[in-house]
Amino acid sequence: MLASILSDFGDAIDFIFVSRESRGGAEVGGGQLLELTKTHLELTFTAIAIATLVALPLGAWLGHSRRASFLAITVSNIGRAVPSIGIVFLFFAILGAGFWNITLALVLLAIPPILTNAYVGVREVDPESVDAARGMGMSGWQVARRVELPLALPLIFGGIKISVVNIIATATLGPEGGVVTLGDPIINPSTYGDAGRLGASIVVAALAVVAEVGLSAVQRAITPRGLKLTPAGAPRRVRFPVPKRRVAPQP
Amino acid sequence: MLLLPLAQNGGFFRDRSADTCVADNGVCPKWAIDHFDRYVDPFFEHLQLVVVSVALGFVISFALAVLAHRRRWLVGPVTQITGILYTIPSLAAFFLLLPLTGRGQTTAIIALTAYTLLIFFRNIMAGLDGVPEEARDAGRGMGFTPRQLLWRVELPLALPAILAGLRIAVTTTVGLAALAFYAGAGGLGESLASQKQFKTNVLLAGGLCVVMAVMLDLLVLVAQRLLTPWSRARTV
Repeated sequence: MLASILSDFGDAIDFIFVSRESRGGAEVGGGQLLELTKTHLELTFTAIAIATLVALPLGAWLGHSRRASFLAITVSNIGRAVPSIGIVFLFFAILGAGFWNITLALVLLAIPPILTNAYVGVREVDPESVDAARGMGMSGWQVARRVELPLALPLIFGGIKISVVNIIATATLGPEGGVVTLGDPIINPSTYGDAGRLGASIVVAALAVVAEVGLSAVQRAITPRGLKLTPAGAPRRVRFPVPKRRVAPQP
Repeated sequence: MLLLPLAQNGGFFRDRSADTCVADNGVCPKWAIDHFDRYVDPFFEHLQLVVVSVALGFVISFALAVLAHRRRWLVGPVTQITGILYTIPSLAAFFLLLPLTGRGQTTAIIALTAYTLLIFFRNIMAGLDGVPEEARDAGRGMGFTPRQLLWRVELPLALPAILAGLRIAVTTTVGLAALAFYAGAGGLGESLASQKQFKTNVLLAGGLCVVMAVMLDLLVLVAQRLLTPWSRARTV
């Protein structure tokens, strides 16, 4: 039992590094797997770039103007429930096979986390910081660019990170829409064999984990120093404890 | 005079349009109604996958969270391990498990359960950490043992956060279970893939997933209202 499992995984790792001949006579594994990985990452980055361009400004603006909270939250709730494979098949059924058709489906799946995090990030910026900036005479645009966005950056980046990991996972379904990604050995095991399927699964899982760990490190690096000093939950250390004066709400 | 032939033709045209609708790969409500029965079994298969995985995930992470609540050093390692399980794409997880557990529901349930652990663990910990120190003090003052404090003070106060985690876990798992057919576990994903170029089928099977998620979400919301009447009193 254990020996057969070990030999399955050994064969799969061999597939990742050394190319071999498939049952159809084509070269698979090794360098060919690298090609698949390249397509996989191309698809992921294109989708993430478009989704960020759409969702980030929209979410930040909604958060800045504190508008449409219902929309921003509902989009993410429904987005979670819609099966990714349903979106991929639907775009395939409507638009046919092709790189851009699948990219569009992935963009749609990448938008909700980015939108919601940008919205929440900007909205949750300490109102006192915004007040202080206004008091310094900053315009709405300056407040957004110089106060709200830097303070919301960790959360905004967190949304992009969630989407990147999600889309690396979902790009595996690319072959269902005619784009030959790392999902090809997984979805068409008749060509690649069991070793190919397991090997590609290992590579996809590794890509996702590396993306998560790497982007988490970037997220920590771009967090403004002022925010790092007060980890969430810890009481804020004030060197000169001045009692906070609460401004009475206008009647 | 004019209406009569039109009315007679009406039925004829409608029948023909239904046929051409399927042939044209359109969105055909009539086809959906006629063939609805073929979605019933996959629907319940899907529901079973979701309920079993979420229940297992909840039990495991509840035990882990209660343990980590007492022994704080466990929080870091548990978060990291469940975080990696959460990051591994479910499709890859199915095939990584295949040499160990073979094709079928077991493989799908293990992968889906692993996916819920981080969601539950993080929310239960957040709920327990959010309990006001005053409430704990009051409990201790009443002579509660640590176990009584946990069950009578901390967990009830953490319930809203725990149920918020349950809502996230349920909706996410409904979406992910659509991939379970790759592991040979059936569900609505199988219906989706069986006619993946037919729009009506894709919309219907995908729509049923969303309906299931919304229904389960509402169910948890109702449970939350019933279990935590004090939070409702505060919001009103």
